[in-house]
Amino acid sequence: MMAVATVAIVVQRNLFAVVVLAGAYSFLMATVLVALDAPDVAMTEASVGAGISTVLLLGALHLTQGMEMKPLHRPILPLGVAVVTGLLLAYGTLGLPAYYDPQAPIHTHVVPRYLEQGLEETGVPNIVTAVLASYRGYDTLGETTVVFTAGVGVVALLRRLRRRDGKGGR
Amino acid sequence: MKDYLVLRVVAKILIAFMLLFALYVQFHGDFGPGGGFQAGVISAAAVIFYAIIYGLPAARAVVPDWLVETMLAAGVLLYALVGVAGILLGGNYLDYFVLGADPVAGQHRGIFWVELGVLITVAGVMLKIFYVFAGRGSEEEPPS
Repeated sequence: MMAVATVAIVVQRNLFAVVVLAGAYSFLMATVLVALDAPDVAMTEASVGAGISTVLLLGALHLTQGMEMKPLHRPILPLGVAVVTGLLLAYGTLGLPAYYDPQAPIHTHVVPRYLEQGLEETGVPNIVTAVLASYRGYDTLGETTVVFTAGVGVVALLRRLRRRDGKGGR
Repeated sequence: MKDYLVLRVVAKILIAFMLLFALYVQFHGDFGPGGGFQAGVISAAAVIFYAIIYGLPAARAVVPDWLVETMLAAGVLLYALVGVAGILLGGNYLDYFVLGADPVAGQHRGIFWVELGVLITVAGVMLKIFYVFAGRGSEEEPPS
């Protein structure tokens, strides 16, 4: 179903349909994440990917035209670059340890300590919250700053455009 | 959408539950899935829902621009100040163990305030982006 949604997004020229399909794709991705026992990430994907970004894209669509323009030339080179990159990435996954392998480096480095002592040290049963807010507090502070910077950047860009439009129009 | 009676009534009922769910996700994040980021997005979605049904001016009256812009910075500042509080109480930066009477209580308190900071910033950013986008659309409509 995700593959069908992806192909439909690429082929479809009506941008409204593309936005709706992208929302459906995000919901499918969220169900995949639930199946992988990652409810925290699934929740984020469902609320951000399917909810907020759909609304924002529809808002952007309101400002532009609803139909995608025909490409001016055939995108052979970008297609080739994308296919080669995809093949390289797929080749790279062959070197990774298997998903279910308990001896994989990611499971033997700091994770056992988080899992075994996290509850005693932080008193927080949800290990994701414990890692996110306590052990990796610096990372989360950085992420929050990134979100803040993104918001400030959007505000600065769109505000200046609006003011210039106002001056030019009147 | 202001003329659809069913939408208006249902929206009024639903928004209360959306905000309640956001608070649940926020404060229950210690025990179940969820946390500041998700709760921020959900609470912003509730306000965006209100704006779509009742119009942008109504939403701007409930959550004015200056409040949203303050929220942008206040969340990050709150997060950073939790770290500074750790220093002042004799620990390292972002060290929660010193915030409470015993280490576990300190961790709880630290995580609570940090998640609150994340919630405030995320909700503020989402709302601000929506306001800016939607505001541009409505301002360009009258001339056309």
